[in-house]
Amino acid sequence: MLEDSSRNKGALWPIMAGALAGLAALGLAACNGTAPDEADGSDTASSSGEGELVRYDADPYPSTYEPFESDIVLIQGATVFDGIGGEFENHDVLMQDGRIAAMGEGLEAPEDAIIVDGRGRYVTPGVIDIHSHLGVYPSPSVGAHQDGNEITAPVTAEVWAEHGVWPQDPGFDAALAGGVTTLHVLPGSANLFGGRGVTLRNVPSRTVQGMKFPEAPYTLKMACGENPKRVYGGQGRAPGSRMGNMAGYREAWQRAVEYRRSWDRYWDEGDADATPPTRNMELDTLMGVLEGDILVQMHCYRADEMVQVLDMAEEFGYEVTTFHHAVEAYKIGDILADNDVCAAVWADWGGFKMEAYDSINENLALVHDAGACAMIHSDDQLGIQRLNQEVAKALAAGRRLGIEVTDGEAVAWFTSNPARGLGIFDETGSLEEGKRADLVLWSAHPFSTYAVADHVYIDGALMYDRDDPERRTMRDFSLGQPGEGVL
Amino acid sequence: MMKSLLCAAILATGLGTATAQTLAITNGRVVTNTEAGMVESGTVLIRDGVIEAAGADIAIPDGVETIDANGGWITPGIFHPHTQLGLIEVSAERSTSDVAAPAASFTAAIDVADGFNPAGGHIPDSRRRGVTRFAVFPSTGSALIGGRGALANSSGAPDSLFDDRTFLYIDLSQSGAQTAGGSRNAAWAYLRAAFEDARFYPGRFMSHHEGDAINRFDAASLVSAVRGEIPIVLQVERASDIRRALRFAEQHPAARFILAGAAESWMVADEIAAAGIPVIMDPLRNLPGSFDVLAARLDAPARLHAAGVQTAYTTISADLYFNPRLITQHAGNAVANGASWDDAFRAITLTPAEIYGVGDRYGALAEGYAGDVVIWDGDPLEVMSAPVAVLIDGERQPMTSRQTRLAERYSERVPNGQYGYRH
Repeated sequence: MLEDSSRNKGALWPIMAGALAGLAALGLAACNGTAPDEADGSDTASSSGEGELVRYDADPYPSTYEPFESDIVLIQGATVFDGIGGEFENHDVLMQDGRIAAMGEGLEAPEDAIIVDGRGRYVTPGVIDIHSHLGVYPSPSVGAHQDGNEITAPVTAEVWAEHGVWPQDPGFDAALAGGVTTLHVLPGSANLFGGRGVTLRNVPSRTVQGMKFPEAPYTLKMACGENPKRVYGGQGRAPGSRMGNMAGYREAWQRAVEYRRSWDRYWDEGDADATPPTRNMELDTLMGVLEGDILVQMHCYRADEMVQVLDMAEEFGYEVTTFHHAVEAYKIGDILADNDVCAAVWADWGGFKMEAYDSINENLALVHDAGACAMIHSDDQLGIQRLNQEVAKALAAGRRLGIEVTDGEAVAWFTSNPARGLGIFDETGSLEEGKRADLVLWSAHPFSTYAVADHVYIDGALMYDRDDPERRTMRDFSLGQPGEGVL
Repeated sequence: MMKSLLCAAILATGLGTATAQTLAITNGRVVTNTEAGMVESGTVLIRDGVIEAAGADIAIPDGVETIDANGGWITPGIFHPHTQLGLIEVSAERSTSDVAAPAASFTAAIDVADGFNPAGGHIPDSRRRGVTRFAVFPSTGSALIGGRGALANSSGAPDSLFDDRTFLYIDLSQSGAQTAGGSRNAAWAYLRAAFEDARFYPGRFMSHHEGDAINRFDAASLVSAVRGEIPIVLQVERASDIRRALRFAEQHPAARFILAGAAESWMVADEIAAAGIPVIMDPLRNLPGSFDVLAARLDAPARLHAAGVQTAYTTISADLYFNPRLITQHAGNAVANGASWDDAFRAITLTPAEIYGVGDRYGALAEGYAGDVVIWDGDPLEVMSAPVAVLIDGERQPMTSRQTRLAERYSERVPNGQYGYRH
């Protein structure tokens, strides 16, 4: 019916949500020792004639992100959530050289510091969304913009989301207004192996490389359940069932194990004159997972499927970092905790397919209560704009069930926990001295519907100021359009 | 016709309820949605399912059952103007959905009351979140005339659908244009032809003549909409399409129109207000998801209210069958972006009732209104608030759903056990 209704989380949504794009592979290799000393685009470190072993550049599309210009900024007298459980009233935060320089009460303002009155306002680390398709499924959602799923084969670990991201997606600007400083863009879920994800700074840039989070690990998107089997089963191809899904993963992992073995043998033998194994872009990515360099981000709804996947990970010797959507994670919170696997969930999406039928608002709180690492995620260009509200709903539902969670612990659900799930917690996700100054100054308690981001800082640079339309980032697409600019 | 149906429904409810039941809800902030405004500490008195009084200083007769709101908020039940509750269980499973019939040969004759299931699996969760009444919409099927919608309460009772053939749904957005052959020009031509078929019904269909756009049976069903006996909900997004709709309304003065979707309606707000046409829109849509909604923005509700447009909110950006329960969050975000609290709350209670012609029975706490009351533990537009009690026609509703049962089961986890629950 309504034009948007086709995009309800209904029939089409699972495919879109799953969008996947990735490309796999190039990279790898540096896993084993010496990384190429220069990434000069010659892709390979060299050929056998030079007497060196062949190794491929693990980072052939390197980040060119540079922090925007920042001032010394002192926020005074705010209620500060540090993102790792702490809540501090009447607190100051000092940002200098793009980093958190100090936190505490009554900090002295350095010379030239810009003073921001934080009284009555709230500070949290910048919002991090571990599951976004901004850029690969950008606005407007026209046919030419469907770059998130390589729906041509069920195993496409060789595709990379960053090669499909359109940096001019107006959704990035809207997400910034919602406090998002870092986001992880994934291929969709049409395929068993969707490809590599990419972690981005939420800054305007002409290039994807200009948004890439420096040194962030690569990720691999995998998908369980209904989407792959529907997409390919509908074409009369494998997988056509959950059995076929598992068979498809296992077949690919076995090839990766053998591929890795062939490279290890080549490197171990150290014969520069030997012919190196034939490079395979798909298996490069899977080998990166087996080496522990690439983090698995797996779309999986049903509890029983997640546990099957954990057994499979053990079978082939890799780890799942985070289950995404994980609508039934609450049924296996203890198992997730035992296996040290995170769950990234919605507050209340559900009902759009059978594997989402058992969605409950208490999911996040129950998983947290079981001792597992839990977090919110959006998977949506609107939801990403208010992940604080999504956490608030999940928190309120959990408390009504009797689960005790402090506000400070719940702030971790949209800050430090997604940072951990992406392997970037050393750099961001909490307000601690020395970390990147990624921070949101909220007009009110971030768990209020009425709270809006007043200021958003990325690496200490004021990227969004609600009172300063001139400063607002605006993607090229929005220029000259009716109602120009996101609000 | 609707009035009489309604009265019948109210009467039936009264008769069905235990006679002379009186109930007082006390000790809460009463949102009346009337000139009385918000009463800081008030009482709502319900007799036989109908509100007898609401406000401050209301005498409570002796021996009356009392619910203590405990300092919370007492409001009219939420009236969601735009749902598919009772029509969909699992949207991806075609066999569980009765919203659209792309292969149907009928258009206006389609009546959602035929497929509506009062026991629909998602109704209880919307109910416990405060939704007491809702409109039930068909989707665009084989043609841009989607069919006729209805009004229901969320009690789950067999008679919960209390008004049928309440409005006609017509899709003039891109999806509607596709059914007309592929352009909005074709869509308008189809609509004009269908209107003519209905205007000249039944004469045109005598002597074996066909309609220009629709068949005899559909034309018979379209007549009431063309004559203005029931309103037409027009799905339109782009400002230029909205202007076209306003012109069409002018050319058909007997018919009554409501705009739905209406992402760019804020750009045409003054004209819409002057035409007296209501709008149903989603406060959360702010991205150029298509070239029809380039100007969507978060302060659209505030702008529409300021222009005097009768504006109700919907949850289309979430969904219409599982998450109508999120309508309070959508309204709260309208407030965060400039709408007044009163306007926003009205947009999910009294305004929807008014749009469908039942604003004298639902959406306010005042004498003569149905006893649809929600007691909240805080500001209903705050995401952390929730209802503690929900009444429909004066009857307290269960606060359970499939979701609450699942949560309860798995909150009793056995550590490290093979089973995640005890029973």
